[in-house]
Amino acid sequence: MSQNPDLQNTLKQVRRDIVRMVHAVNSGHPGGSLGCAEFFTVLYGEILDYRAANFEMDGKDEDLFFLSNGHISPVWYSVLARSGFFPVKELATFRKLNSRLQGHPTTHEGLPGVRVASGSLGQGLSVAIGAALAKKLNGDNHLVYTLHGDGELQEGQIWEAAMYASANKVDNLISTVDCNGRQIDGDVSDVLDLGDLGAKWKAFGWEVLETKGNDMNAVSKTLNHAKTLTGKGKPIIILMHTEMGHGVDFMMGSHEWHGVAPNDAQLADALAQNEETLGDY
Amino acid sequence: MTTYTVQNVKDTRSGFGAGLLELGKQNPDVVALCADLTGSLKMDAFRDAFPDRFFQMGIGEANMMGVAAGLTIGGKIPFTGTFANFSTGRVYDQIRQSIAYSDKNVKICASHAGLTLGEDGATHQILEDIGMMKMLPGMVVINPCDFNQTKAATLAIAAHHGPVYLRFGRPKVANFTPENQKFEIGKAVMLSEGTDVTIIATGHLVWKSLEAAQLLAAEGISAEIINIHTIKPLDEEAILRSLAKTRCVVTAEEHMMNGGLGDAIAQLLARKAPAPLEMVAVNDTFGESGTSEELLAKYGLDTPNIVDAARRVLSRKD
Repeated sequence: MSQNPDLQNTLKQVRRDIVRMVHAVNSGHPGGSLGCAEFFTVLYGEILDYRAANFEMDGKDEDLFFLSNGHISPVWYSVLARSGFFPVKELATFRKLNSRLQGHPTTHEGLPGVRVASGSLGQGLSVAIGAALAKKLNGDNHLVYTLHGDGELQEGQIWEAAMYASANKVDNLISTVDCNGRQIDGDVSDVLDLGDLGAKWKAFGWEVLETKGNDMNAVSKTLNHAKTLTGKGKPIIILMHTEMGHGVDFMMGSHEWHGVAPNDAQLADALAQNEETLGDY
Repeated sequence: MTTYTVQNVKDTRSGFGAGLLELGKQNPDVVALCADLTGSLKMDAFRDAFPDRFFQMGIGEANMMGVAAGLTIGGKIPFTGTFANFSTGRVYDQIRQSIAYSDKNVKICASHAGLTLGEDGATHQILEDIGMMKMLPGMVVINPCDFNQTKAATLAIAAHHGPVYLRFGRPKVANFTPENQKFEIGKAVMLSEGTDVTIIATGHLVWKSLEAAQLLAAEGISAEIINIHTIKPLDEEAILRSLAKTRCVVTAEEHMMNGGLGDAIAQLLARKAPAPLEMVAVNDTFGESGTSEELLAKYGLDTPNIVDAARRVLSRKD
């Protein structure tokens, strides 16, 4: 499915959107956004069941997605717009005054597609668990998805939530960790080593999957496999190995592009590496 | 002046428990979450009656606030229960981002607020919670005064869409407001009309203020007693109406002076009707272990302190 030329085209356009958005306001987080472009493209392109045109906060009878590491808002905004949640041209308002596209995602300005604010890290898993519990109470068989940064797992609340979800068999939840190995101050292994992450989640009672993250086939296959594991008494975590900045050669493999925007020449270079496919906003 | 009969002596947290149980029967969307304090919060009746709608969170308050926020997505009305300290200071950022900023319909229900928690001491005696919560845009802050009012408030907040902080306490206190009263969020309650001084009280100090009014009456001082159960939004009109009559105010609360009810009323007076104001509140200090009555006396929150404050404010009046 992810050989689907439409998704390949979306991916390239999403990368263009990301670098253009952060360049335009000389701020934002391109590195992590680019690293997760394949994930978002596949998630909204072929995994989630959602109603984009008529967004409802309650999300009954549709799949829900929560971005816990809210700083990679550019990739989410791009994919939401390209999926029909709001006009693509609105991407031009990112981080500007009076915009619905705040620096970090929020419900406050009423942006369709966003169901909780995120940015202060470690909170999204708990919110997703609550939404998953509400689905169970409502007899709604749709699933809840989340994305987290690997550095974000240093937040204690993640582990409170992890403990709760397995103890209470929240098995309609598929979480993904963007394991790019980087955080603001450097490599995650240097800042605060996470140790054996798979063993940690397993010890917390989760079903653990791993995948390459910059390969849409692999992401698609893993997410579809994860879906088959739902409803079996365990929450599911996917450790998704990505490269920060993927798709723009000079941004790849370094934490330097975590929260830095490209200058004019760098933007031109990045755009030259990703052709315009669906039309720039 | 109006006199009140003590119907019985009950803890406000039991009013919350009774209200929650009733809500459970009335509204299938009401759910409850508790962080290992089910008995202390009097949530056991709800838990036993509606086990599918009760979530035992363990000792993980940050997760509880997030899960509550998530439950609203899908139309649930979550009531979280833990001590006031763990309902606010411990989870301020979770409340700020996942609940208040995200406009989630979560009811944060907080017991054992203030000094009257007693013997457990200052680690648990939060006196800053009203201040923290009232600073959050969109947050409604309610501190009822007795069992009946707490029960009525619990029922009322379920019908209000948006985040609410409901604060109540541990000790058994006079239950004197009407059973099955109508509770209007943001509406002051005139308890006793007077002409010389307005005493505005919230929570456990409402009854103390009524006691103070009796003592003041014996001195020939006519005190008007207003119960502000909703600190935010504040019933400015009721306060200014009383002030126009008495031209001086005493506030009384079981909270830090900074950030509390008195603080809110000082702002109102400064902006709209400058007048002498005295605050009965804790003055920039932590509490300690002791009985609730001992603590109220030591930290200046007892009936005689309200009487003294009334005398002081009267002496400052033109």
